[in-house]
Amino acid sequence: MTRKDLGVLLLFVVLCVIVAAASPQFLSVANLQNVGRLVGTYGIFSIGVGIVIMTGGIDLSVGSICALLGVLLSMMLVEWGWPAGPALAAVLALGAGLGAAHGFLIARLRLQPFIVTLCGLLLYRGAARYVADDSTKGFGTGEGFEWLRAAAAGHVAGVPMPFVILCVIAVVAWLVVHRSVYGRHLIAVGHNEEASRYSGVRTGSVVAVAYVISGLLAAVSAVIIAFYTNSVSPASHGNFYELYAIAAAVVGGCSLRGGEGTVLGIVIGAALLQVLRNLVNLLDIPSSLDFAVMGAVILAGAIADQVIARRSRRSLVGRR
Amino acid sequence: MSVPLLHMSAIAKRFPGVVALDGVDFNLAAGEIVALVGENGAGKSTLMKILGGIIPADSGAIHINGTPVTMRGPGDAARLGIAVIHQERELIDTLDVAANVFLGREPTRGGPLQLLDRRRMHADAEQQLARIGVQIPTRTRLGELSAAQQQLVSIVRALSMNARMLILDEPTSSLTSTDAERLFGVLRDLRRSGTAIVYISHRLKEIEMLADRAVVLRDGRNAGTLARDAISHDRLVQLMVGRVVDRASPRVEASAGPAVLRIERLRTGRYPDVEISLDIHRAEVLGIAGLVGAGRTELAEAICGVGPRRSGEILLDGQPLAIHSARDAIRHGICLVPEDRRRCGVVGAMSVRENVTLPALWSYARLGLIGRSAEASAVRRMTTALTVKAASIESPVATLSGGNQQKVVLAKWLALRPRVIVFDEPTQGVDVGAKAEIHRLIRALAQEGAAVVMISSDMEEIVAESDRVAVMHDGRITGVLPRSRCTPESIMQLAVA
Repeated sequence: MTRKDLGVLLLFVVLCVIVAAASPQFLSVANLQNVGRLVGTYGIFSIGVGIVIMTGGIDLSVGSICALLGVLLSMMLVEWGWPAGPALAAVLALGAGLGAAHGFLIARLRLQPFIVTLCGLLLYRGAARYVADDSTKGFGTGEGFEWLRAAAAGHVAGVPMPFVILCVIAVVAWLVVHRSVYGRHLIAVGHNEEASRYSGVRTGSVVAVAYVISGLLAAVSAVIIAFYTNSVSPASHGNFYELYAIAAAVVGGCSLRGGEGTVLGIVIGAALLQVLRNLVNLLDIPSSLDFAVMGAVILAGAIADQVIARRSRRSLVGRR
Repeated sequence: MSVPLLHMSAIAKRFPGVVALDGVDFNLAAGEIVALVGENGAGKSTLMKILGGIIPADSGAIHINGTPVTMRGPGDAARLGIAVIHQERELIDTLDVAANVFLGREPTRGGPLQLLDRRRMHADAEQQLARIGVQIPTRTRLGELSAAQQQLVSIVRALSMNARMLILDEPTSSLTSTDAERLFGVLRDLRRSGTAIVYISHRLKEIEMLADRAVVLRDGRNAGTLARDAISHDRLVQLMVGRVVDRASPRVEASAGPAVLRIERLRTGRYPDVEISLDIHRAEVLGIAGLVGAGRTELAEAICGVGPRRSGEILLDGQPLAIHSARDAIRHGICLVPEDRRRCGVVGAMSVRENVTLPALWSYARLGLIGRSAEASAVRRMTTALTVKAASIESPVATLSGGNQQKVVLAKWLALRPRVIVFDEPTQGVDVGAKAEIHRLIRALAQEGAAVVMISSDMEEIVAESDRVAVMHDGRITGVLPRSRCTPESIMQLAVA
């Protein structure tokens, strides 16, 4: 665990203690299940966006991908009568495919990540509304795909499935980022793309694969969210998810300059944001303020981080 | 004798580990063109940076018209009428000519908004251009002008600030000979109108043509001054290198084994009109000498797959290689220790361990996961063998000294047992002790049978460490000298061709 991870974890624990002290409801099973489900759902795509941020890029398209794939999943299962297996496979493949397209444009054609994924955000939102005819899509009584619904929105021994899936994905992502050859290359490219290229790292592929991972994880989240809300309205489904993801990654220690960040940090960051939202809810703060509370807390964290970093630098210089 | 316009006396400047200037004197009179000449690292740029107020001198005095002056920044120098025109012009491509001439001191129409007085800007810019007899439309964007025209805009910018002293650093390095001629015309006109000009160049022919006086620096000291009639190619070269090079370790002439690497008719992106052919033998150190901008780095980068190659073949053991990236070259055992260590050599924020294994990670991995203990012990072996001084192999490379960073780069490649290894300025920014160790490692690599290429601007290093020396000038190889004929004079003759 890095020092930064510890700092975020500490902040997270302190926040939980405060909320628990202020509202006994926080530790109720129902509330914990609810928060766990949200942490799982948001955590999964946050990991994907975090990995992209580690390359020094950005992915703004995940919310719109969730909307487009949610709409398509409903149509496949309900309107076109696809079996659950192929529908799931198709959704995941589509997510990875969209990520691959971003990766190609960014790594091969050298377009700026912000622009490519911003256009993705607009494009997929429009596509979702168009294919759904701008009408809300649902899953009806859910006959024929019960297992998929259970896998996405059910519980295992009282633990919500999204949280279980997040744990599995986080472990795999941790191995990939912190223990694999790819992960080492990812961090190297994020820190210094030129030196990585001189060392024989295939920098283009490394960057492109990060976007594929992000698209794939957005697709996993899309399935979970679609079954959780049980209805997908293409104009609003998944709005602002990209910003939650970026916020989670930054709170978790990623630098938008690339190279920095850990999977654990991102997961704690995502959890922290959801506890903050829960706090707004439980403490009867007007829900219109929930973005404002999140913004204020993240900003305070960023300022504290900067001040601490500067002070430790100064004491280092002083010692010399 | 009248008081000179500029009088710099006993200027000294040391940087960590090097004495850049050691009591240099320099005079400049109104209406004269003085050439400032010297090898790379002789102290020319440092002296002019001090004059331009960019860095302060450690000691020494500067007098202008007999009055002592102190400069705390480039702004002070500009106010005293000193303008430095660098190789990399600090102008903005997307702004037009007039906006560039007045960048940072734009005339305004006053009022709370400080609106630009565009009409006055263009009128004044036109007048300034006319003053040196140049016709460039002031509304053209700078980026659309040729390199020569951009240079003239820099000069006009300097003159519009009432510069009395103009310092030109390698002004013709990116100009065609016709454009250079035109620049000389402008400089001669300026001389006639009383402007003092310092002209820094490696092109000795230009100096013979243009200069009223040539001041030669060597190792941070005055090596001599030649008056107009005394300036000649040979005299300049003699003053530039005029030191006895100590050959401490005379070696027998390396027996020329078969060529391991053969470069045939290779053209680089920077010098697309020049074809280079070169053989590099097993177990030899081939030095590549030349002055900055001679195309040595471009050649190295083309061989090692990181820079553009327009055409030409690279053959290893007689087999043509398809090298399109550093990765391709590395797979064939061709490795580069790049000049710009911080940008291309190391990932500074990552640890020694992570840097050393970066090109060869797969050999420590199973199923894509890195075997951490195998990795760490291999790195420890390498860093011990190369005597890398670091708190631990987990220290970020950026915290190491230049010499130790260079050893990390070396360790990275040694693990791959390279067939060909190209060093680009291997000891730049490295202290004396580490320098000797790096030389020993280079020698050891060659003895183990690698073909070693060593690009260096350090004449002593080239002469002492090379088995053969290829000399480059303006993108071409002007000569290949066997060890017995490698002297600073013979190399410099070829380098300034």
